[in-house]
Amino acid sequence: MSMADKELTRLTIHEAHQLLKQRQISSVELTKAALKRISDVESKVHACLAIVEDGALEEAERADEYMRTAEDVAPLTGIPALIKDVICTRGIRTTCGSRMLEEFVSPYDATVIERLKAQKAIIVGKTNMDEFAMGSSNEHSAFFPTRNPWDLSRVPGGSSGGSAVAVSTGEAVYALGSDTGGSIRQPAGFCSVVGLKPTYGRVSRYGLIAFASSLDQIGPMTRDVTDCALVMNAIAGHDSRDSTSVPHPVPDYTRQLIADIKGLKLGVPREYLVEGTQDEVRAALETAIEKLREVGAEIDREATLPYTKYALAAFHVLAPSEASANLARYDGVKYGFSEADATNVIEATAKTRQFGFGPEVKRRIMLGTYALSAGYHEAHYLKAQKVRTLIKEEFDRAFEEYDALITPTSPTVPFKLGERMDDPMQMYLADVCTLPINIGGVPAISIPAGFAGDLPIGMQIIGRPFGEEQILRIAFAFEQATDWHKRTPEL
Amino acid sequence: MKLSNDLVRHIASLACLGLSEEEVERFSLQLAHILDNVELLGQVDTTGVPPATHIVPLQNVLRADEVSGSYSQADILANAPRLAEKCFKVQTILE
Repeated sequence: MSMADKELTRLTIHEAHQLLKQRQISSVELTKAALKRISDVESKVHACLAIVEDGALEEAERADEYMRTAEDVAPLTGIPALIKDVICTRGIRTTCGSRMLEEFVSPYDATVIERLKAQKAIIVGKTNMDEFAMGSSNEHSAFFPTRNPWDLSRVPGGSSGGSAVAVSTGEAVYALGSDTGGSIRQPAGFCSVVGLKPTYGRVSRYGLIAFASSLDQIGPMTRDVTDCALVMNAIAGHDSRDSTSVPHPVPDYTRQLIADIKGLKLGVPREYLVEGTQDEVRAALETAIEKLREVGAEIDREATLPYTKYALAAFHVLAPSEASANLARYDGVKYGFSEADATNVIEATAKTRQFGFGPEVKRRIMLGTYALSAGYHEAHYLKAQKVRTLIKEEFDRAFEEYDALITPTSPTVPFKLGERMDDPMQMYLADVCTLPINIGGVPAISIPAGFAGDLPIGMQIIGRPFGEEQILRIAFAFEQATDWHKRTPEL
Repeated sequence: MKLSNDLVRHIASLACLGLSEEEVERFSLQLAHILDNVELLGQVDTTGVPPATHIVPLQNVLRADEVSGSYSQADILANAPRLAEKCFKVQTILE
């Protein structure tokens, strides 16, 4: 082997792809290095819920065999990935971070998994998450909390915390996450990796266990922007099994990756610098904005989206309402945890849900059921849907003037484990900069944009609907001019 | 503010969600606190604003009615907590 294991686990997708094509490394070497890294760091970070060592090595052998004769090798072929445990994988348990699905094995692959497998990607396992993707710290996993590799006493963010940590530490070359209110971007920011939430409808949700169906999207979590574009190329596109997926043509997302953003106008909406934004986050954003100016962007500091301040309230009506309906399916009959000690079916269902769900999931089911119930529906759910229209229209107007919007990913650096567990509202505030984007259905990316000491700070770039190419271009230009993405945590 | 314990129990029964007395007590406070924050929406003038039922402009998504692959009985029953003669087994639904 020409490269040390440690170096192998730092490769990006595009670097690994070149080395694989030139036969300087093999997929088996790359996969073994990832598995070794997992066994070295997992006892510290707890990012994974399942590792499929034998299966991954078999797939890697098959990929190597294929590459020996193939004319054209796809960008993800032979490269190890980890998958958030909310995405169904045939033959590997999909727990969704919940006791309710602790033993559940999906009979089918999600569309995104089929698409990765079509490129002969190597799936090495599943990552930890807040139960049913409800949370901002991974502390709501029913199994164990994941820890931030930059400071093990702090949270990695959530709910895709395990995926963010895996990419940051080198347990996989890239990962998939899901994002309902910031669950890809906020942990990406907290762990200093790249995370993209695509436009609603861009990536199929078939096989994604539903939290809030009108807000959920799957997206890439990667070491750099080029990798993010490569994963998008694989997973984006229409799927007849998801009736909300949109039949727009999929561009080659690497096409616009040019280190020049001359002529682009970027707005910095003041509403996203909320009260409680830490000084270190403000300072990092200032430096980042200056850098964007240097690489050619025109910056407008006077951008304003006044309805932003209602997004948190609207989100905490809409998301729990949809969740309460989606999670009604967990009744302990066809799959999942089931409480048998009951005299009738109603009691059995109520007990199954009492013992199968954790506290945050119950809280959201309760909130959603309340918001949808007779007498409260109009004042809460319907009102929130109307506010959603206003937020969406406000984004449309903003993008008539700006090519993209620049905000912090989160108002704070990663917080300490336990710090926000007793106060749900404090926990919800971790997503205050990311959840308006899901409400508007628009795409946004978080990229590494600085540090406060050793603690990562992310910058969010928000784009027009189906404008992923544009925000990837801005992110790429920024990345070429900075070194933040090259820093790695010492473990 | 605090929701009444009776209202919390009523909501839980609508959701078919068993709660311990301790959970009822905790939710009566926590839900009220979250709902206080949601009250902010009342400040927004939404006169004449249509509710957003969906965020992408798609309507009447149809597909051809074609027979395609499905799953075997064994696949579908594989995750069942309780089976009886290759059926899902549930508790009594009628007295």
